[in-house]
Amino acid sequence: MSLGAYVVRRLLHLVPIALGVTILAFFLIHLVPGDPARTILGNQATDQRVALLRHQWGLDRPLPVQYEKFMGRTVRGDLGTSLFYGVSAGRLVLQRLPVTLWLIGFGALLSVLIAVPLAALAATHRDGIPDHVVRAVPLVGLGFPAFWLGIVLLFVFGLHLGRAFPVGGYGNGFAGHLHSMFLPALTVAFGIAPILVRSLRASLLEVLESDYIVTARSKGLPERRVLARHALRNAVISTVSVLGVNIGYLVGGTLVIEQVYALPGIGQLMINSINQRDFPVVQGVTLVFSVMVVLVYLLTDVAHALLDPRVRFE
Amino acid sequence: MAVAAEVVAEAQLVEHRRGFWQRWYRTPSFVGGVSILGLIVLAAAAAPLITQHDPAQQDLLHSLGGPSSSHWLGTDDLGRDVWSRLVYGARTDLRVAFLAVLFPFSIGTLIGLLAGYYGRWIDTVTNWLVNVVVAFPFYVLIIALVFVLGPGTRSIYIAITLVGWVSYARIIRGEVLVAKRRDYVLAAKAGGLSDARILFRHLLPNVITQAIVFAMSDIVLDILAIVTLGYLGLGVQPPTPDWGRMIADGQTFLTTHWELSTIPGVAIVITALGLSLLADGLADLLRPE
Amino acid sequence: MSEPLLRVQGLQVEFKLPRGVLRAVDGASFEVQPGEALGIVGESGSGKTMTLRALVGLLPRTARITAGTVEIDGVDMTGAGKERRRELRGRTVSMIFQEPMTALNPVMRVGRQIAESPIVRLGLSRRAAHARALELMRLVGISDPTRRAEAYPHELSGGMRQRVMIAIALSADPKLILCDEPTTALDVTIQDQILKLLGTLQRELGVSLVFVSHDLAVIAQTCSRVAVMYAGQVVETGTVEAVFREPRHPYTLGLLRSVPDFDVVRERLASIPGSPPDLASLPAGCRFHPRCPFVQADCRSGAIPLIELGGDRATRCTYHERCAEDVRLEPVIAGV
Repeated sequence: MSLGAYVVRRLLHLVPIALGVTILAFFLIHLVPGDPARTILGNQATDQRVALLRHQWGLDRPLPVQYEKFMGRTVRGDLGTSLFYGVSAGRLVLQRLPVTLWLIGFGALLSVLIAVPLAALAATHRDGIPDHVVRAVPLVGLGFPAFWLGIVLLFVFGLHLGRAFPVGGYGNGFAGHLHSMFLPALTVAFGIAPILVRSLRASLLEVLESDYIVTARSKGLPERRVLARHALRNAVISTVSVLGVNIGYLVGGTLVIEQVYALPGIGQLMINSINQRDFPVVQGVTLVFSVMVVLVYLLTDVAHALLDPRVRFE
Repeated sequence: MAVAAEVVAEAQLVEHRRGFWQRWYRTPSFVGGVSILGLIVLAAAAAPLITQHDPAQQDLLHSLGGPSSSHWLGTDDLGRDVWSRLVYGARTDLRVAFLAVLFPFSIGTLIGLLAGYYGRWIDTVTNWLVNVVVAFPFYVLIIALVFVLGPGTRSIYIAITLVGWVSYARIIRGEVLVAKRRDYVLAAKAGGLSDARILFRHLLPNVITQAIVFAMSDIVLDILAIVTLGYLGLGVQPPTPDWGRMIADGQTFLTTHWELSTIPGVAIVITALGLSLLADGLADLLRPE
Repeated sequence: MSEPLLRVQGLQVEFKLPRGVLRAVDGASFEVQPGEALGIVGESGSGKTMTLRALVGLLPRTARITAGTVEIDGVDMTGAGKERRRELRGRTVSMIFQEPMTALNPVMRVGRQIAESPIVRLGLSRRAAHARALELMRLVGISDPTRRAEAYPHELSGGMRQRVMIAIALSADPKLILCDEPTTALDVTIQDQILKLLGTLQRELGVSLVFVSHDLAVIAQTCSRVAVMYAGQVVETGTVEAVFREPRHPYTLGLLRSVPDFDVVRERLASIPGSPPDLASLPAGCRFHPRCPFVQADCRSGAIPLIELGGDRATRCTYHERCAEDVRLEPVIAGV
């Protein structure tokens, strides 16, 4: 089938999941033990204010009706009004979204730039010293809490070593963004690179035993070309899926990293809103995050289909 | 007939176990992991014996002091002994992490067993649920849940359970789908054994190894989640010492006393390393020959 | 006689296994003239595939050449460095593999795969290489090459894929093509087509072939000379006609007798009793002696050398006369 048909099929497959996601986000408020409105407003609030908030949120209506209203609003892009700022939560999110997108995109790019050469090095020197070193990396690397890694990088590169990078903020203009976001993106990259390396290395080792690699070598092609055009091209197929799954993890990790580097993204918005008990914003951001992840899964599927022609023919 | 079926299933299990006891000391990753982790657990357990101070005790006259005979690793900004906080922090974080992995493990395994064995609508619903939970970024969901439930260890357990059961369910379901076609299950069914008996006495012991291996690496994730929550102020609440909290507290003094944030971080990395080695070693050992 | 295109002398290939060292090929020697097709026949485990792989230095990771020399077009392959060997691959000598589904890159269009060698090894432009690929596809009998060139391997049938493999092997104008059981994985009708194709190409283009197979009929159809391998050793060589008409090794005789032939009515269709030896624990003396109907006392010990019989024939059986006699009494094949 054509690529377009495949994309549509995947989209349809994701609809029930997206639906489930909205249900979960909606129910977040109802997980609060006791009366959510009172919890948000605190014990000092008058009964009047609590009743007003309950009415505002439609908490005095039956559950399915509430969900319906919630969905209705969400689909129109209305994520509620921030208790703290008084403006539309949607607007707050939109303002800060670019920062987070930068972080994720730049981070994913860096992680690939780090992982691919390392994995290739390990796979071509199987059981040699480079291989053992590269295999040790995930072992140690996965134990680094992202926020601590961020602090360490900030300390080393931001405060020392010539203060090469700013210690916070987003910067101005494209070059400014690149500069300010480098350390945060690197932190993100170090977070998922170990998993990518592990997966790509295993995949490469398997691919390098394939018959078509022998064919490529029998053509007398330089080993570099065999590796790049034949081995890697096939090995990345399964790694793309791994990257996709981990971007889900990655998206959540940005939350913490924005905190460490004081980046004005939606992650920081969420943390601040949590501290300010600004419930609609928390709910809205959670929803946006999940939609992003679902989109990433879709992109991963599409990338997979682009890379592997066999997939489209199911 | 029923007896024969039981014997066949038993034989499968014994095969597995015998291999393990013969090889564990020859697997370097397993030995390494056990050693590192063992040391840390020992230190945590013996906390009162190896520390001189109460980790919560403040001594504002001696705040931000360097290492001394009385304070081996110095003191933090509130004059608390860093070494004590480190060791007691190990206690807290390890205990919470181990417990936190138990609930998702049990619930996820049960759901996976049922979904894989019975299939049909149970399976469909489970898959849908799994996909929905997975669609949420892990940390976002944990943080949102902890926010909603209020900070503290109880919320941590609930949040991790609600989010973490998914992986176990997936693994066990996959294993059950394969295993239920095996001879020993078919023999048990033909022998007239009840579903419950088949599930728990025969299938479970054989499919659980993958879940156990995963649980080891899951503890690492849980420890990271716990310290991250601690860093954000949403996790273990003061005055209970927690490594994440220590790093957050020390961040303000990065320029002058960088060790306050570094030392707990190193502790986390070493603990995670021990657990990862253990997980790898276990995976190697429990892999069917 | 002109200089042989391929000369193999005393080739030894060893495998490193956890339980020790396995010698997959033990002292193989043979030659191939320009334009000639040599068949290597044997069961699995005889070492025939490893021999082929060793010729171009494409052995698996755990194997290596431990003795002997391989000379291709005057170049000493065993002594030369990796780069020198790589230079010869594709241009002077190329390979065709048994399983075309796995031997083709699944994510690359077949036209590209055929054009790759001309681009990289011959320095042709993308366009010229593509034209050449289409030409080659026509040569190997692929209809509608323009459309087919855009296909991926999994979209083609088995026979079609094998033709693509042959096109790839021809793409850089080699002098020698090594064929590793190219028809084993194909249907019988397709098999025949591919064999005829190879025969035609060989005659028209003048390439030499080394054709490895376990199927005697296939070898008979394609090759002019044959070497029979058993348990890592060459046990008999000669022209196909001579060897098949009058085998001089009990193993060859056994193989021939186990193949049905419509021209000769046989009273019995015999298979060779027993099975090939485990290369890790070989019998002493002649490796075939436990299964040999003509076995004598001195067959059971001491290495048996290859005996030259003149006229390009050789055998590793001390009592080869017995075979010849057996065949006179009961012919194996009516005609070749």
